[in-house]
Amino acid sequence: MTSFTINGRAVSVDVDDDTPLLWVIRDEIGLTGSKFGCGIGLCGACTVHVGGRATRSCVTPVSAVDGAQVTTIEGLDPADEHPVQQAWRALQVPQCGYCQSGQIMQAAALLKDFPSPTDEDIDAVMTGNLCRCMTYVRIRAAVKQAAQALANGAIPNLTAAKGAKA
Amino acid sequence: MTRLAPRGEGFDPLSRRGFLVASAGAVATFGFARAIEAAMDPAAPHGVPATASGPRFDPTLWFSIDSDGMVTVNIIRAEMGQHVSSAMAQIVAEELEADWDKVRITHVDTDPKWGLMVTGGSWSVWQTFPIFSRAGAAGRMALIEAGAKLLGASPAACSARKGAVAAGGRSITYGEIVRRGALSRQYSADDLAKLPIKPVDQRNLIGKPVAALDIAAKTTGAAIYGIDAKVPGMVYARPKLPPTRNGSKVVSVDDSAARKVKGYLRCITLDDPSDTVPGWVMVIAESYPAAIRAADLVKVSWTAGPGAATSEKDIQDHAAGLIAKPEVGVLLNTGGGDTAAALKAAHTTVERTYTTSTVLHFQLEPLNALAFEKDGVFEIHTGNQWQSLIMPTLAKALGRPESGIVMRTYLLGGGFGRRLNGDYAVPAALAAKALGRPVQMILTRADDARFDSVRSPSVQTLRMGFDAAGKVTAMEHHAAAGWPTLVMAPGFMPKGQGGAPYDPFAISGADHWYEVGAQKVRAISNDLANSTFRPGWLRSVGPGWTNWALESFMDEAARRLSLDPVAFRLKLLNGAGRNAGSAPSAVGGALRQAEVVRRAANRAGWGQALPKDTGLGLATSFGQERDMPTWVACVARVRVDRATGVVTVEKLTNVTDAGAIIDPDGARAQTEGATLWGLSMTLHEGTAFENGQVKDTNLDTYMPLRIADTPDLDISFVDSTEPPVGLGEPATTVVAPAIGNAIFAAVGARLRHIPITPEAVRAALAGGAS
Repeated sequence: MTSFTINGRAVSVDVDDDTPLLWVIRDEIGLTGSKFGCGIGLCGACTVHVGGRATRSCVTPVSAVDGAQVTTIEGLDPADEHPVQQAWRALQVPQCGYCQSGQIMQAAALLKDFPSPTDEDIDAVMTGNLCRCMTYVRIRAAVKQAAQALANGAIPNLTAAKGAKA
Repeated sequence: MTRLAPRGEGFDPLSRRGFLVASAGAVATFGFARAIEAAMDPAAPHGVPATASGPRFDPTLWFSIDSDGMVTVNIIRAEMGQHVSSAMAQIVAEELEADWDKVRITHVDTDPKWGLMVTGGSWSVWQTFPIFSRAGAAGRMALIEAGAKLLGASPAACSARKGAVAAGGRSITYGEIVRRGALSRQYSADDLAKLPIKPVDQRNLIGKPVAALDIAAKTTGAAIYGIDAKVPGMVYARPKLPPTRNGSKVVSVDDSAARKVKGYLRCITLDDPSDTVPGWVMVIAESYPAAIRAADLVKVSWTAGPGAATSEKDIQDHAAGLIAKPEVGVLLNTGGGDTAAALKAAHTTVERTYTTSTVLHFQLEPLNALAFEKDGVFEIHTGNQWQSLIMPTLAKALGRPESGIVMRTYLLGGGFGRRLNGDYAVPAALAAKALGRPVQMILTRADDARFDSVRSPSVQTLRMGFDAAGKVTAMEHHAAAGWPTLVMAPGFMPKGQGGAPYDPFAISGADHWYEVGAQKVRAISNDLANSTFRPGWLRSVGPGWTNWALESFMDEAARRLSLDPVAFRLKLLNGAGRNAGSAPSAVGGALRQAEVVRRAANRAGWGQALPKDTGLGLATSFGQERDMPTWVACVARVRVDRATGVVTVEKLTNVTDAGAIIDPDGARAQTEGATLWGLSMTLHEGTAFENGQVKDTNLDTYMPLRIADTPDLDISFVDSTEPPVGLGEPATTVVAPAIGNAIFAAVGARLRHIPITPEAVRAALAGGAS
C-alpha cells in the first residue's frame, strides 16, 4: 500500500511497489491528462510535479512517492488558469496536444527556477520534452509570455475564475 | 482525369456527387433525438457532445442548428493537431453567417451515411471547401426565408449576419427561427449545385484568426485520446510481435514465467482471417503495467515469414538493381518525348543518384485500440485517419458484416500518416472476440516502432541533358521504393502509361512544373521492401523524398552550367505548355511557383555576403500533387563546422502560396510544424533495417528534433483569392534539399543521402564535390 497526495487529495493504492506512477495516476486514480509516450523518461509526456519538482512519472516507481505531494496537469490550477496554461491558449501552442500536459508541467516548474528565462534557459530545460508536432517556436514564446505574466503579478493557483479561455 | 480514388469516390470537390452526399439529409427535422453518444466533441469535457436544445434544424447532413442557435458542425476528418475541425467549421459558419461563439464541432462515427472517411494528403480543406460552403449557404437561405416570414418582410429585404436575420431595423435570431418551427425548405442536388457562395471580399470569418476549438482542452488534461478510452470490465493487452511483419507463424507459447505476474490473465494466439497480424500473440492482464511485464516473460517461438534476414542495404541494393532495368516500373504521363534520344544528342549531361533512409512515424501516442461487442455491434474505440480503409478488413477479421462494426473517433496523439493504416485495430478486435470482454491493446514505444509502417528507404537516379547553348532538352527521374498504396489499397492506384497502375504516394513530386523538354518519370515498386515490411504513408509522402532528389539535382544542374540556382529555376518555371496550370486549383501554374521562389530568395537575402562556412540553399515544390498544388519555397541558412562535420541550421525562410487561407494561425502552425518535420528528417531522424526489423525503437537512439535545435523560422504566405489547397505537408518537402544545397554553398560538399550525418559531411569534405 502506497499513500500520497494527488492534487491536494489523499490517496492510497494497493499495487506492486515498482508499478510506474504514470499508470497509477492514469488507471487507478483515473486522471488521464498525463500521457504515455516512450516509457523511458525521454519524451516528457508523463511529466508531473512531485514535491513541486518536474518528474517523469513513467520511470518513477509508485513507492518512491509514498508520503509525497503529487500534482498533475488536472491540479496545476484549480480553475485551469495557471499563467502557463493561459499563455499556451493565447498563443495556440498545442497541435495534436498529446505532449502538452507534460510541456506545461515542465514549463511551470521551469518558471519557478528561472523567473525570467532566456532562450538558452528554455532550450536547456524544455529540450527534455519532445513535441512530435514540433510546436517548439510557440513553446519558447509561450514560456516567455507566462514569465512576463508572472512578473506582472499573476499568481499561480490563486488566479482569476474560469471562463476567459482564449 | 487521372484522379486518386479517395477523392473521386464522392469527394471530388467539384463533382455533383459531392453535393449528393452533402444533401443526403437535406430535410428540416424537428425534435429528432439523434444518437450523439457515438460522436466526440474535442472542445467538450471528456469529449462528450452537448445535447441539442429544443427543436433542431438539419438543412444538410453536415450541420444542425438548435433552438438556442448553437450550430453543430459534423466533422468526418480526424483531429490530429491540424485544427482541421475549426477550419471546417469556419467554412460553414462563413456562408451560414453564424455567430462563431455559437459554433461547436462533433467528430462522427463510421455510420455509412458520412461517405468516405479519410484524413490525409493535405486534402481536408481543399475537398471540404466546396461542399461545406454551399451547405452553409443553403442553411442561410432557408433561415432568411423562414426569418422573413416571421418578420413579415420579403426575403429580398432581409439579410443574415452573426446568427440572426434582419430586415428594416428588426431582427430575429437563428435559434428563435428554429424554435418557432417555420422551416420547411429543402434543396435538391441541382439547387445546391447552383448556389452561389460569397465573393471573396465579403468574407467575415475565412482568413480571420479564430481560437481553434480543440485547443483549450489540450491545456487542462481534459482532451481525450484513444489511449484514454475506458469501458467497464476492460482488460489490457500487449502483443508479442513476431520476427517478421508478414507470414510469421506461432509454433509454441510458454507463459509459465508470466503466471507469476500479479494481474496476468492469459495469452491468446490470434487467428486472423484477414491476415493483417500473422503470428501475433496477445498477452492479457488486468492492468497495462502487468501486461508489459508479463509479455516480457512470455516465450514464443515462431517460424518467420519473408525478410527475417533482410537489411537496409539489401533493400537499397535491390532498388538500385531495379532502376538499372529499363523494363521495370511505370512511366507517368508527362507529355512524353524521347528522352533517350535527347540525352544522346545532348551537348552536356548530368546524372546523379540520391538515397533516403527508412524513417519512423514516431507519433507520440503509441498505437492503441479498445474493442468490445455491445448490443450486437462490435465497437472499436481509437484514433484513426482512414476508417473506410480498415472497416472491410475488420469485417473480414471478425467474420461479420461492416454494418455490425462501428469505429468511434478519438483525438489522435499524432497521425502523420501512421493512422491511415488502421492495422492496429485488428488485433484488439480479435482479442476482444476471443476473450468475450472488452480489450484495450496498447503498444509500448518499442512495439510501436517495430510495428510501424515506415517511410520506405528509396533510391532515385536523375538525368538531365543540355544543348550547346545551355538549354535543358531532356530530363529523367527514376524512383524505387516500397509502395504503401500497392500493399494496402491497390484499388486506389491511378494509371500511368499503358494503363499500368502506380503508387502516386511513391512518385508524386517527380512530375514537376519545370520546362525541361522531353521528360520521363518512372515509378518503381521495390518488391523486397514491400515483402519485408508494410510501407507506410508518412507526412508529405512521395514529395517528402522525391523532392530531396529533384531539388538537390536542380542545384547540381545549375552549378554544372555555372548558373545561379535561383535564376536557373526561374528560367525553367516559365508556365509554358503543360505547366501553364488550369482551373480549379492550379490556376497560374508554374508562374506561381516562380513567385514563391523569388519571394523566398528576397526575404532570405539571396546573394548577400555571408560569414565563412555559412551558406544559403533554396528548394521549391508544388506540394503534394499537380492538381492540388501548394506552391512552396524554402531557403536554409546553415553553418558547417568543417572539423566535426556538424551542420547548424540557423534559419529557415518559407514562402507558401496555398490559395486563400481559411485560418491564418492554423496555416502558420501547420507550416511551422511541417518545416521542422523536414528539418528533423534531414539531420536528426532515420533508421535502418537489420534482420528484418528497424534497429531504432525508442528515443535513446531515435532522436527527432528537440527545441534546442530549432532554428529561427520566417514563414509567410502569398495573399491569394484562389481556391484553398493543402497545408499539412507541403512545407516538409523543401527543407532537406534546401539544407543540402546550403551545405554545398557553405563548404562545397555535396550530400546525396538523408539523413545527413556529421560523418557524411566530413567524408564529402574529404572527397571534395564530385
